[in-house]
Amino acid sequence: MKHDALIQTVIMTQSEWPLWEVFIRSKQGLDHKHVGSLHAADAQMAIQNARDVYTRRQEGISIWVVESKHVHASNPDDAEAFFDPANDKVYRHPTFYQVPDSIKHM
Amino acid sequence: MEDAMQFAPSENPALATYSPEVRQQLFRFVLQLADTSLILGHRLSEWCGHGPILEQDLAMANIALDLLGETRSLYQYAAELEGQGRTEDDLAYLRSATEYRNPLLVEQPNGDFADTVVRQFLFDNFHYHFLKQLVNNADERLAAIAEKSLKEATYHLKWSSEWVIRLGDGTEESHRRVEKSIAELWRFSGELTIPTALEKELQTIGLIPEYADIQASMTAHAERVMEEASLVIPQQVFMLTGGKDGRHTEHLGYILTELQYMQRTYPGMTW
Repeated sequence: MKHDALIQTVIMTQSEWPLWEVFIRSKQGLDHKHVGSLHAADAQMAIQNARDVYTRRQEGISIWVVESKHVHASNPDDAEAFFDPANDKVYRHPTFYQVPDSIKHM
Repeated sequence: MEDAMQFAPSENPALATYSPEVRQQLFRFVLQLADTSLILGHRLSEWCGHGPILEQDLAMANIALDLLGETRSLYQYAAELEGQGRTEDDLAYLRSATEYRNPLLVEQPNGDFADTVVRQFLFDNFHYHFLKQLVNNADERLAAIAEKSLKEATYHLKWSSEWVIRLGDGTEESHRRVEKSIAELWRFSGELTIPTALEKELQTIGLIPEYADIQASMTAHAERVMEEASLVIPQQVFMLTGGKDGRHTEHLGYILTELQYMQRTYPGMTW
């Protein structure tokens, strides 16, 4: 019974299925964007739940789900050390080039 | 409700070519399909706010809305076929239980989640395979409605099949419950493909699919799912029929009482 272990876990944690993060691609050529999270017993159920919860109003053409425990986040306490040093380095932006008029979508 | 397809009456040239008799028969059959989707959709809508988890609550509400969309297209077509000035609302809200033609399965109570899943599975297995045939139907309007509904029914069947497997192949309790639901509901499944006198006549003139043609694929799918779910298909079940001829179980009256309350109490009321 392959779902057995999973459902046992669910019962032990009082019907709380694992949390999943949901990413939706709204149309071809765009990135998958994080849209929210939901509970599901496994990946297959997570995708179906995502379809029912997040694509009811034509929001998407593709779904990714990732179990939330696999997402590792930066620590807010590190924010200064991580992100502030980039503030005064304008030369890292490619804004000093002349873009010819014929180049679109830059 | 905006989902329902809108057709101009002139869009179906076949309508003019039907004899009054065939037109009347087709009206009754389309009405039967509409009643079926309406009653099952209503049953599912009763779960709204009571689902085991939020995600499944939404899943069932989505399926209910799909069925309601299909219902509206069918009632609108039925009203045109009848040509007596009745509207889709008249057909849904102002007919009594004995005038309803849905099979018994779809009016059965929600019970527990396993009951709802099994009822849905038995219906979806029929609905999906029936619509697959109906998309090639000689009646273009029915074919068009089927084409839209088939995409939805494909998902419904996936949803209910997976839940039968999860429950059957899950814990001891889920297995016991789904087994009980199967024992209880299987006897209503036969009616879906046992043709009534009306259906036989329409099948003879080729206006609706032969149920014999879809039986094999229905059985194959049911066997595959039940096996994966570690469940056994009940054998030699006496199949209950009558719904498609207007002889219903006690449950339909209660459904209609709730469903039709507003129109019966405040006739002609609009939102």
